[in-house]
Amino acid sequence: MNLVYLVPLFPLLGFLINGLLRKSLSKSLIGIIGSGAILASFIVSILLFLQVKEQGALPVEPLFTFINTGTFNIGFAFQVDQLSTIFLLIITGVGFLIHVYSTAYMHDEETKHFGRYFAYLNLFVFSMLLLVLGANYLIMFLGWEGVGLCSYLLIGFWFKVDNYNVAARKAFVMNRIGDVGFLLAMFWLLQKLGTLNYADVFANYKNLSGTDITGITLLLFLGAAGKSAQIPLYTWLPDAMAGPTPVSALIHAATMVTAGIYMIARSNILYTLAPLTENVVAIIGLATAILGATIALKQNDIKKVLAYSTVSQLGYMFLGLGVGAYTGAVFHVMTHAFFKACLFLGAGSVIHAMSGEQDMRYMGGLKKWMPITNITFLLSCLAIAGVPPLSGFFSKDEILAAADLHNPVLYWVGVAGALMTAFYMFRLYAATFLGKFRGTHEHHLHESPAAMTIPLIVLAILAVVGGFIGIPEVFAKDAHWLEHFLAPVFAQSKALQPEHLGDATHELMLMGIVTVLSIVMIVWAWRKYSKYQPAAEEETGLGKVLENKWYVDEAYNAAVVKPVNSFGGFLKNVVEKSGIDGIVNGAGRFVQYSARQLRLLQSGQVGSYLLFMVLSIVVLFLIFWNQGIIIAFIQKIF
Amino acid sequence: MPIQYYIALSATLFCIGIVGVLTRRNAIVIFMCIELMLNAVNLLLVAFSKMQPVAAATNTAARNAANVGIDGQIFVFFIMVVAAAEVSVGLAIIVMMYRNTHSVDVNFLNRLKN
Repeated sequence: MNLVYLVPLFPLLGFLINGLLRKSLSKSLIGIIGSGAILASFIVSILLFLQVKEQGALPVEPLFTFINTGTFNIGFAFQVDQLSTIFLLIITGVGFLIHVYSTAYMHDEETKHFGRYFAYLNLFVFSMLLLVLGANYLIMFLGWEGVGLCSYLLIGFWFKVDNYNVAARKAFVMNRIGDVGFLLAMFWLLQKLGTLNYADVFANYKNLSGTDITGITLLLFLGAAGKSAQIPLYTWLPDAMAGPTPVSALIHAATMVTAGIYMIARSNILYTLAPLTENVVAIIGLATAILGATIALKQNDIKKVLAYSTVSQLGYMFLGLGVGAYTGAVFHVMTHAFFKACLFLGAGSVIHAMSGEQDMRYMGGLKKWMPITNITFLLSCLAIAGVPPLSGFFSKDEILAAADLHNPVLYWVGVAGALMTAFYMFRLYAATFLGKFRGTHEHHLHESPAAMTIPLIVLAILAVVGGFIGIPEVFAKDAHWLEHFLAPVFAQSKALQPEHLGDATHELMLMGIVTVLSIVMIVWAWRKYSKYQPAAEEETGLGKVLENKWYVDEAYNAAVVKPVNSFGGFLKNVVEKSGIDGIVNGAGRFVQYSARQLRLLQSGQVGSYLLFMVLSIVVLFLIFWNQGIIIAFIQKIF
Repeated sequence: MPIQYYIALSATLFCIGIVGVLTRRNAIVIFMCIELMLNAVNLLLVAFSKMQPVAAATNTAARNAANVGIDGQIFVFFIMVVAAAEVSVGLAIIVMMYRNTHSVDVNFLNRLKN
């Protein structure tokens, strides 16, 4: 029996129960239902994973017909293959840990808001599962929109704070811009191939011309750039930190933002056939990686640093996709899910201890009070900084190695970003956990409860060992388990791509250099910020530009938001008021006026009625006379 | 005689009737003018019915048939009968009006309006 439909069913049930009964259930019950639903999905996902591992991709599972018209029909079908199972495990596994964490983190909320939170979170997991399970682009799009909605709802979870609503709206609008691209790509595919099923599209790619493929892939990439926070649509992600921290961990670091990578990895054959798009993806990915890293260097909000770090890491994933290292990108999605979720949850734990303070200038020395958070945070920082043999090292190295084979320039720019990553992560770590406490509520500080520390520990362990499923060729022959596992998904692309193996010594040497440089950066940041005292004076020069995020938000405001707003104001004040309202009110006024005038005709004088009658008849007579009807009539008689 | 003369005569009568109805206030005169218009139409009907078959009939047999041109004239008899009934009622109303108001001025009846 096929269990696929159970995977999204559990979170959906959790959503319905928690959402509808949020006012009557107790907090502990809500937590158990919310987390239990994801745990159940996780167990089913493991079963599916084992099944796939055993016998390869499962046959597409049609549930019902979704759209059925004359020329095309789209089924509501689920597809479980190697790529989906990896994502299923990440989503449900990390999702479960974050649900458990949330039960403690959100405990101070009112019960109905607590229930609402878990309902949203379950709905999110449901949508995300739909996204990765769908067997055609439309189901993916459904999930795609669903996660966008949940992202909006959860960013604006504390809807009483106006800024948070603005951030939520920004995220939604940015995502919509990307969604337009996705939609257009789907229409294009439908028009050319008449189908959206992955199997049919990828089997018939030969029917698409070069322009079609380039156009479709670019439009799909626009969608991916919106969802996965790439230039030029990345600005929503840092603002999305307005949501509760576990949400940032789950949605804005581990799962939803990787949807774009999933989509491109899923359509890998199309991208392989469109070299232009591949270059665009690689360059935008790299640019985003660098931009995110530079901004992260100067942020003081602990969550903002992590947000820009996420933007930057997503950039690396797109770089991997762009240079054809699909496995590497998926690998990085996975390791990133582990260490970034751990980092966000650790940051949440810190914020929890600091009673809501997020500015790391007022932290410091937290190591003493929060040993578990400290050690897990440190391990994750090491992982993201790419210190061997932690997970981030393997996945980032795989992407960079592929970039090197593609073009050494990409490699060195990527390395620069990686070094910055090492620096800003340890700036964050040292400023938060080392040195002396610089805040005011020292007596408040405490380690978080077990419901928060256990997920941290599990994620930290995964962040440490997660890399061993993808050991590069140069260390051990055929040890890259993930590549073998995912091989069937990328087989078509592999066949088209010339296999060029790098020189092993060259690769090892580069690896060594990067590792040494990373460690140097770590030590530098460690020494510099462990005795960190916030500078009194304002930043100047480049530092100020970085602190203000390259003024991108301001530029967008000036270039897009303001003109649109003023155009809207013009429409509202001028076009609507004098144009539309004028027409409508004018019609009303005309009717009233003419009625007032016509009323005078009804005078009650029978004589005048008769006169009108006679005159009207004369007028009619003249008209018909003019048309010759009367003459014709008379002539016909005689 | 050509039909045009009849048409002209009846149109003239009709117009005199209309003008009378529109301009006079004496109920009896108005009543007479209405009769005038009615009879203008009657005249036209008779004239048409007399002339029409002569012009329209295609063969001599039809033209000489006994009942040719009779329909319209019979119709006019009906009109005259109905008009006679109408006149008796109308004159009765006017008489009643005169008895009540000592006037046959139609404008005097405006008061009904309110």
